[in-house]
Amino acid sequence: MSKFKLITDGLVRNNPTFVLLLGMCPTLATTTSAVNGLSMGLATLFVLVLSNMAISAIAPVVPDKVHIPVYIVVIATFVTLLQLLMQAYTPSVYETLGLFIPLIVVNCIVLGRAEAFASKHGVLDSALDGIGVGLGFTLSLTVLGLVREVLGSGSVFGWNFIGGNDGMLAFVMAPGAFLCLGYLMVLFNKFVKKS
Amino acid sequence: MVLVLGLTCLLCSAVLGGAYVLTKEPIAAAAAQKTSRAIAQVLPSFEKASERDFVQVYGKDFPYYAAFDAQGKLVGYAIESSVVGFGGPLTLMVGITFQRVVCNTSVLSHSETPGLGAKCSADPKFTSQWQGFDPSVKKLTVTKDGGDVDAITASTITSRAYALAVENALAAFDELLKEKEVSHE
Repeated sequence: MSKFKLITDGLVRNNPTFVLLLGMCPTLATTTSAVNGLSMGLATLFVLVLSNMAISAIAPVVPDKVHIPVYIVVIATFVTLLQLLMQAYTPSVYETLGLFIPLIVVNCIVLGRAEAFASKHGVLDSALDGIGVGLGFTLSLTVLGLVREVLGSGSVFGWNFIGGNDGMLAFVMAPGAFLCLGYLMVLFNKFVKKS
Repeated sequence: MVLVLGLTCLLCSAVLGGAYVLTKEPIAAAAAQKTSRAIAQVLPSFEKASERDFVQVYGKDFPYYAAFDAQGKLVGYAIESSVVGFGGPLTLMVGITFQRVVCNTSVLSHSETPGLGAKCSADPKFTSQWQGFDPSVKKLTVTKDGGDVDAITASTITSRAYALAVENALAAFDELLKEKEVSHE
């Protein structure tokens, strides 16, 4: 498999949000605006790349019986690291995402990639896979956040274009998240995945 | 098996321990900066703010900061007041000048609905009414309940909670003044 394909695979064919339907909880909960979706995506990307690399490096020596606990400990370490760094250097982003940062530990995408890819491939390939899937997740979350922000608050990346602040509020709340996700999924599978 | 698991845990905890020590100071600094910014926002200009202290009202501890001008005269108190909002705890910093007038308020943390109750921290239509809110002239309940607080559209519960938080802060303020008088005698 070419290195380039490793990345595009995560973006399109194995897009974690629109195709694999993994990590739905942060997807639905944090995408109230494009910026929130983007930051959540980047946070997951960071953890995904590092944990993929670490796990592919240690996988050969980890006995099968304990591989899940070992992977979870590694992932949790990176997530906590990220949490501390965000708390220290980007407190405002940390506040918005709050609870969902520690929840990256149990994000199926991260453990899924560790199990399905990183444990069977080299460090470089795993890093590329992490970048691909992470970017796919980031892109999906940003698009979803953008759509919800445009419809729900009438703004783009925080820039308000309708004046006043009365958008269609339902789109900022949970029902709107499901609706937008559903329609985006349809569009994605119809147009992007096919080509 | 035990060795691998043990080593992994040991290594991970070492990394986290190191990261904790390294980020401890920036985290504390960020939190302190946030607090001092909130105090500066809710009170008229002052020279020096006291350390965080507590005053007890209704059996609850209210953290507060006293602000003094260059002559060491009391400018007012910034009081942290926490109530239950619509989606969870709503914590405000309420600045009250020594004339017992609310100078300004600032939301420290909230979990209100985005687009509705969350406007309590940003929408100037709602937030500006707290600047110079004088509880001796205006009634501290939302208009729906016969008061003078303009509620956020479709977020009466959040607005009520906000008014209650300000009211509690005023009660804490009265308690502080009482304590102050006692110590002066």
